[in-house]
Amino acid sequence: MIDAVFWFIVLLTLGSAVTVVLNQKLLYSAIALLFTLFGIAALYIFLWADFLAGVQVVIYVGGILVLIIFGIMLTNRISTVNISHTSVQRGIGGMAVLGVLLILGIMILNTPWHQADYVEPTQTTASIGTLLMMDYLLPFEVASLLLLAALIGAVTLSRRAE
Amino acid sequence: MTGNMIMDYSLLILFLPLAAFVIQIFIGKRLPRQGDWVAIGAVVTTLILSIAMFTSMLIGHDPQFAQEASFTWLNMGAFKIEMGFLVDNITITMLLVVALISSMTHIFSIKYMEGDIRYSRYFAYLGFFTFSMNGIVLANNLVSMYMFWELVGVSSYLLIGHWFEKDSAADAAKKAFLTNRVGDIGFFIGIMLIFSTLGTFTFSEIFDSIAAGKMGGTLLTFAGVGLFLGAMGKSSQFPLHIWLPDAMEGPTPVSALMHAATMVAAGVYLCVRLFPLFTPDALIVIAYVGGFTAFFAATIAITQNDIKKVLAYSTVSQLGYMILAVGSGAYIAGFFHLVTHAMFKACLFYGSGSVIHAMHHALHKKHDHETDPQDMRNMGGFKGKMPITYWAMLISTLAISGVPLFSGFLSKDAILAGTLSFAIHQPIHFLLPVFGFGAAVITAFYMFRLIFMTFHGKPQMAELYDDIHESPREMTFPLILLSTLSVFIFYTLPYFNPFSDHGWYTELIVASDAAVPGNPTSHFIAEGIHHAHYPAMAISLIVAAIGIFLSWSMYFKKKISADDWAKKLKPMYNLSLNKYFFDENYNRFLYQPFLKLSSLVAYIDWDLYDKYFINGFGRVTKVFSFFTGRMDYDGLDQTIIDGIGRSVRHTGGALKFLQTGRLQNYLLFALLGVVVIVLVQSF
Amino acid sequence: MDSLNTYLFIAAILFSLGLFGVITRRNGVAVLMGIELILNSANLNFLAFAKFGGMNMSGHIFALFVIIMAAVEAAVALAIIINIFKNFHTINVDDVQGLRQ
Repeated sequence: MIDAVFWFIVLLTLGSAVTVVLNQKLLYSAIALLFTLFGIAALYIFLWADFLAGVQVVIYVGGILVLIIFGIMLTNRISTVNISHTSVQRGIGGMAVLGVLLILGIMILNTPWHQADYVEPTQTTASIGTLLMMDYLLPFEVASLLLLAALIGAVTLSRRAE
Repeated sequence: MTGNMIMDYSLLILFLPLAAFVIQIFIGKRLPRQGDWVAIGAVVTTLILSIAMFTSMLIGHDPQFAQEASFTWLNMGAFKIEMGFLVDNITITMLLVVALISSMTHIFSIKYMEGDIRYSRYFAYLGFFTFSMNGIVLANNLVSMYMFWELVGVSSYLLIGHWFEKDSAADAAKKAFLTNRVGDIGFFIGIMLIFSTLGTFTFSEIFDSIAAGKMGGTLLTFAGVGLFLGAMGKSSQFPLHIWLPDAMEGPTPVSALMHAATMVAAGVYLCVRLFPLFTPDALIVIAYVGGFTAFFAATIAITQNDIKKVLAYSTVSQLGYMILAVGSGAYIAGFFHLVTHAMFKACLFYGSGSVIHAMHHALHKKHDHETDPQDMRNMGGFKGKMPITYWAMLISTLAISGVPLFSGFLSKDAILAGTLSFAIHQPIHFLLPVFGFGAAVITAFYMFRLIFMTFHGKPQMAELYDDIHESPREMTFPLILLSTLSVFIFYTLPYFNPFSDHGWYTELIVASDAAVPGNPTSHFIAEGIHHAHYPAMAISLIVAAIGIFLSWSMYFKKKISADDWAKKLKPMYNLSLNKYFFDENYNRFLYQPFLKLSSLVAYIDWDLYDKYFINGFGRVTKVFSFFTGRMDYDGLDQTIIDGIGRSVRHTGGALKFLQTGRLQNYLLFALLGVVVIVLVQSF
Repeated sequence: MDSLNTYLFIAAILFSLGLFGVITRRNGVAVLMGIELILNSANLNFLAFAKFGGMNMSGHIFALFVIIMAAVEAAVALAIIINIFKNFHTINVDDVQGLRQ
């Protein structure tokens, strides 16, 4: 049962990812991206990353995807959902990407990955919080600065020039 | 008081004046009263702290007390420099002296420097000086001592040149600095000799290694003499004494603080600190330099008419005494004289400052800017007008002349006893006590000459006399305090014998043995001093009496005419009046030949070498270059170099169509490149 | 199904798809979507390694920072795209050819 659910999710994720990159209608791509991101969030749960799954849903689905759709709407004169967006150099690009995938696959199979013994799943939120406030306090604060800078930068960039 | 507290106090004493300096130099002008209260507050706090340390030293009553703390300042593998503090009884006493004189100077300066255009900066520099001086006192190793040594030199430069609009002041500042450099080079050579042999800068480690025999003989003598050269420069010993009298161009309180009591004593302090490492040969050099300076400077002081110049040469002479004491092994006596001398000489300088202040104001009222307010020939009879100054200066003069009941008697007597015992053990050096006692006669003579010419007799400028007034309270207070401290009792407590220096000083500050094997032990030296004590006291009493009597009959009773004697001994009088023509001779035999040599070298370099040799080369090169240039340009460039360029241009023209300007193309190329590289790598 | 290699393959496929999107899409916003896919695949790797490396929480922290980065990047990139749109009246990246010689 669990297996079936897992493979279903994998299929959903990868399938919608294919739609994202191949579909000719921009809004369809965006909607497909929504499913991909949800699928990845589900995979996070399979990886015992409950907190990050939540974060994924909140930030990606709730934030970034909405941002992307806003971007689409701001840059197109929308009248229908059929905003077409074409692709270029599909043939040679596809070959190059397949090459990369091949290399990655060989690499994954041939590398002796370090694997620890099985560990019981735990609640991750508390330990992430501890780590953020102890070991990773400085990166954490820097990240907040980065967000602030991005906020200001985005506003400055997209402001109408006087 | 615990060791930690001692260290905390020492740190505070060191850095409070520096903090005051920083505040003063940056915002001093904007503070109320130009911020003098910041400097005074800081330095008075250090005074309180050092009194506390001093009291705890008296209560603890441990002659071997010593606290050391150090940290690594610079670590470059094998080369490690440590900074640190050494606090023992000598340090504590010296800290008290510095803090006391410095506080008095600050207080005295309030009125003396009133209305000066650089009032706040003056106080800033005083703070800076106090900081550096405390640094010297607290140092436990040669490097930090050297650093603070130079800082003291800088602050001396700044303060002597305080009125740098006057050429004489600017020149005096430069002279002081440069003369000190000469000595400091020796100091540095000494430090490096010791470091290269022993690999350490710390005093205690140096002494231990020397006692273990790791360094000795001629090398150690040279190192010791090198270090002593530094002391010679700072303590203005012959022949580097020339800067100190000129340094009197600085404000009088500065002269009292630096050029009488503390800074010039740094040289003596250095010798006292490093005494264990001097070899017998080095000590002989030290003794002769000190003894000769003591005598020689005293003979100059006899004929000077400028009140501050008399005191300056007197200081040089007294410093010679202290150095003589170090050289003859009685370095504890030398340090004792340093302490007592700091009190009465500072007092004398304040007194002279007070007199000059009064003269200056009187002259100012008369709109007379020609008369020199420092010339004693313009004074006379000030006794009635300035009673506090008079009495304070009289007490100090009695002290410096070695009259019983005053501090100078005790310390001078100890030094003379040390010298005498040294000469008894080594009769070949009989000149040393002769220098010592001779200088004592002359000192008593010229100091009373100063007193009589300034305060007694008829006013020489009667028109000024009415306008002479006693100085304000800020200036008389240091006078009263310091003249009180010139009484013997403060140095002999808890005993009351005015003829013996037995007291807290001799009990708490004891000589340590020399580290050099073969040097006489401290016990041996102390025995000798003990035996020579009474003869030395008798002789010094007699010579002091002779000096005072001569002075009294010449300048008070006028039984003996000073002018007649001056005419009879015209050549000697002239020599003394002109300070043995030292500056002139340095000028004639050192500076002028050096300048001539420099201009000769410049002539050879510029007019001969440059014009013919270098320029000739240039011409030949030019002709040669012309031919190679033709060959290069017409032959090489046009065919080979340009040919390559042209072919590159053609190739580039063909390849430019790859540059589509589309980012995705670039990315694709990069990706293909990665795939190709990995494939090539794996097969 | 629950092995490290499974997740790594999923991530590799996601990565390749994202790369393909970045290379082939003409629309700037679509390129951005490709980049998001690539970032997600990286995150997936982080978490997979974290789980099979004995629940090493540092991987989670990294993933968190990657998500923060992605948010920042999306915001700035969209601002840039809007700016491009204003200046060139198109967001097709291959029409923007300022780099051409």
